[in-house]
Amino acid sequence: MCQDCGCGDPEIVPVEVHERLLSGNDRVARHNREHFAAHNVLAINLMGSPGSGKTAILEATARALASRHRLGAVSGDLATDRDAQRLRAAGIPAATITTGSACHLDAEMVHHALHDFALDSLDIFVIENVGNLVCPAIYDLGQALNIVALSVTEGEDKPLKYPVMFRNAQAVLLTKIDLLPHLGGVNLQMFNAALARVMPEPRAFPVSALTGEGMDRWLEWLAASRPRL
Amino acid sequence: MHEYSIVSALLERVGAEARAHNATAVYRLTVRIGDAAGIEPELLSKAYEHFRAGTICARAELCVERVAERWVCPVCGRTLERGAVLSCEGCGMPARLMSGDEIILERIEMEVP
Repeated sequence: MCQDCGCGDPEIVPVEVHERLLSGNDRVARHNREHFAAHNVLAINLMGSPGSGKTAILEATARALASRHRLGAVSGDLATDRDAQRLRAAGIPAATITTGSACHLDAEMVHHALHDFALDSLDIFVIENVGNLVCPAIYDLGQALNIVALSVTEGEDKPLKYPVMFRNAQAVLLTKIDLLPHLGGVNLQMFNAALARVMPEPRAFPVSALTGEGMDRWLEWLAASRPRL
Repeated sequence: MHEYSIVSALLERVGAEARAHNATAVYRLTVRIGDAAGIEPELLSKAYEHFRAGTICARAELCVERVAERWVCPVCGRTLERGAVLSCEGCGMPARLMSGDEIILERIEMEVP
């Protein structure tokens, strides 16, 4: 109540908060991170446009690592179970998080999905995010690594147009490099130059899931990211 | 359009604070959004207009304070030019983002009886 004149008007009280708006998501992400660490699982948030080759590169990764490491995956998908079906066919346990109209995964969705996995029996867990270069970038899921798949057909200017996604990534998979000869002068240097303007420590792996080119370097780095493997 | 989910997190948080303070209404909200945070302030405001109806924020103004993107060399302290390669020209070190990625709820001004 106003104390000055007794008019009965409510008093306006400022409450200082100074907290991240996504602190609720951050809290669940921390919980997921602890869960992965406790089971010694390397968690990866794989992001990229629709059609950038996320699932294809994951299939190729799963097949190449099958004899050495145990992979698991969840795929965020607006409406279908197709990606998880493809991953199961590639030999890894996989589930779908159906997001409906949501354009990104959040930590709570991942937490919920984790209940279906026996993390003790996995070494690497990949969270394949919804195909989108914007929204997934700002949600921490509890991953150890953010990886962005960028296909060479999308154009070398994409890092400059969607800087937040690339800035937060530890590595970029430049996919579909088998198509480079058909792209009229587009080359890998152009992609590297763009990445250097959005990533303080740019790291790119040019790969082709089709021919297997470049997969060795990517797999080597991936294995080195999990010290005990 | 993740601005919608940002707004729903905002309304949830503000509602909880308002209840904790026995507020009857919220008068004004202040958020800080960095230029490099991946949030479009206009979309955020639009989403807020849409979602605040029927909540304790129904009459509350949303003030968005912008924060400029600033990259600095962590070793020699020089500020990088906008759009530059993100390593220091002088010493070659990877630059560090000093500001511009904020998505912060600063202040809630509420009416308390």
